[in-house]
Amino acid sequence: MGFNKEKRIVLRHYGLVNPTSTEDYVNKGGYDALKKAKAMQPMDVVEEVKKSNIRGRGGAGFPTGLKWSFTAKITDADQKYVVCNADEGEPGTYKDRLVMEGVPHQLIEGMAIAGHAIGATKGYIYCRGEYPNSQKALRQAIADAKAKGILGDFDLEVRSGAFAYVCGEETALIESIEGHRGEPRYKPPYPGVAGLWGKPTIVNNVETYANIPAIIENGADWFAGIGAGNYPGTKVFTLSGDVVNKTFVEVPTDVTLREIIFDFGGGIVDGKRFKAVQVGGNSGGIIPEELLDTPIDFDAMSNIGMTLGTGAVFVMDETRDMVDVVKCMMKFFEHESCGKCTPCREGTFRLFKGMCKIANGEANANDLATMETLARVMNKTALCGLGQAAPTPFQTTVRYFAADYQKRL
Amino acid sequence: MTLDAIISQYRDVEGGLIEALHAIDNEYRCIPESALSKLAEAFDVPVAKVYGVATFYAKFKVGERGSNLIRVCESAPCHNAGAALVLAAIESNLGIKAGETTADGRFTLELTECVGCCNESPTITINEVPYTKLTPEKVPELLSKFR
Ligand SMILES: Cc1cc2nc3c(=O)[nH]c(=O)nc-3n(C[C@H](O)[C@H](O)[C@H](O)COP(=O)(O)O)c2cc1C
Ligand code: FES
Repeated sequence: MGFNKEKRIVLRHYGLVNPTSTEDYVNKGGYDALKKAKAMQPMDVVEEVKKSNIRGRGGAGFPTGLKWSFTAKITDADQKYVVCNADEGEPGTYKDRLVMEGVPHQLIEGMAIAGHAIGATKGYIYCRGEYPNSQKALRQAIADAKAKGILGDFDLEVRSGAFAYVCGEETALIESIEGHRGEPRYKPPYPGVAGLWGKPTIVNNVETYANIPAIIENGADWFAGIGAGNYPGTKVFTLSGDVVNKTFVEVPTDVTLREIIFDFGGGIVDGKRFKAVQVGGNSGGIIPEELLDTPIDFDAMSNIGMTLGTGAVFVMDETRDMVDVVKCMMKFFEHESCGKCTPCREGTFRLFKGMCKIANGEANANDLATMETLARVMNKTALCGLGQAAPTPFQTTVRYFAADYQKRL
Repeated sequence: MTLDAIISQYRDVEGGLIEALHAIDNEYRCIPESALSKLAEAFDVPVAKVYGVATFYAKFKVGERGSNLIRVCESAPCHNAGAALVLAAIESNLGIKAGETTADGRFTLELTECVGCCNESPTITINEVPYTKLTPEKVPELLSKFR
């Protein structure tokens, strides 16, 4: 394979350590970063993470060090929490599973460092219910690390999701850990101030935490110098759909989608032509070949109306009909909307019904225009990211693949 | 384990209602109706609240399920890889539609969203174990292992 841009930070030990062996991880230098961090002042750890410029890998790209600093500086809380978002619900994404099942100790180490940095002695990993093997790997690794005294006074617990995509939204996730329906909260207050059981809480993605040990070990400057300046480091991508190599790859954030799909991914199956790619899961945009030379960093993607999201890369060949694909995606959101806010509850339902109408050849240009208006209303008024982003596949395909719609009207 | 025995393990756990639902689901593959009032009492909340929580999550089914639970992923990567054909093959093999249970109580068939095996779509799970790269032709043999 002529692809030499792979660079592993998150997955540097993946496949090289026995996931069930703490010794193995320790022998590879594992938990050295935790020792180093514990010898530092908590605020210095936060500063180091800030200086690295790492931004969240769970979808929203928020600067991690800044998030930690809000919670770290709160001094009058009797309890703070470190929460890991392992809900990984975006279709096409399986990167967090690789970490949890391949290098569970690296995630645990990252969370323990976060605990020291913000002054929390308790952490939760909220892992989706679809991943019983990940939960098992984590529980075993935590029990072993605790038994060996590696975690000190940091207590860590795994909580299972129960098949609800919205619980990946951080406040819905918190509601779910508390034992309630997973409905997002109104913000502010943000979790950093009032999160789990009303206490200051940081919520980060699995991949975000898994980067932390290497940052502490090698220093912020090292990390900040990798990939794109505004979104440094690497990103793990998971490929699916009509691409030859349906697998994962970790690359610096300055590679392009074209490199990922054609150089690494080997192009399209059966010698067919490329038609479209969706990046970031069901809530991501769907784009044509002309935009493939965009670098994959967060801001470059945002500039073309895309989200890097989770790093799912779902490839579609020339035979795929965007109306059929988007109908499937709208069904997903109609099912996963929690129903708390009206724009999302009604909007996802109407968009799905609208796509069915188009697919059946029963819609006209007016129907399409009404759906576009509805989509903009959802973008602006839905309570959480689910309803705001749900129309994205529809909106981007209307824009870039208009012919697929026109021929059904 | 009885419902009471399961529930009593979680009544003092913070956020234990969902943990208890998981434990009941692990044991029974569903949430028996009779569990609702027991949970309400243990966690000191109205039955309506327990019902609201249990029915929010697609993993839980208040009522009954068959002894083997088949879930067919219908998210886009599996959809494009032919999930509908696999679903049709399962439906015709079992003689039921998605959402139903066979008369002998052996199988319940449900639809689900991405289970994280999209590199090997289409995917179904049987009793939470993924079976990937399925084709309609492979369905009869796979299901026969659970008969
Ligand atoms: C509907 C919805 C689903 C989400 N699902 C996930 C998810 O599965 N995993 C995740 O890490 N973040 C998810 N997020 C983003 C989280 O709300 C939050 O931004 C993230 O956990 C923060 O971590 P990070 O800064 O490390 O990325 C989701 C957001 C929304 C609105
Ligand atoms: S889309 Fe079916 S397993 Fe991911």
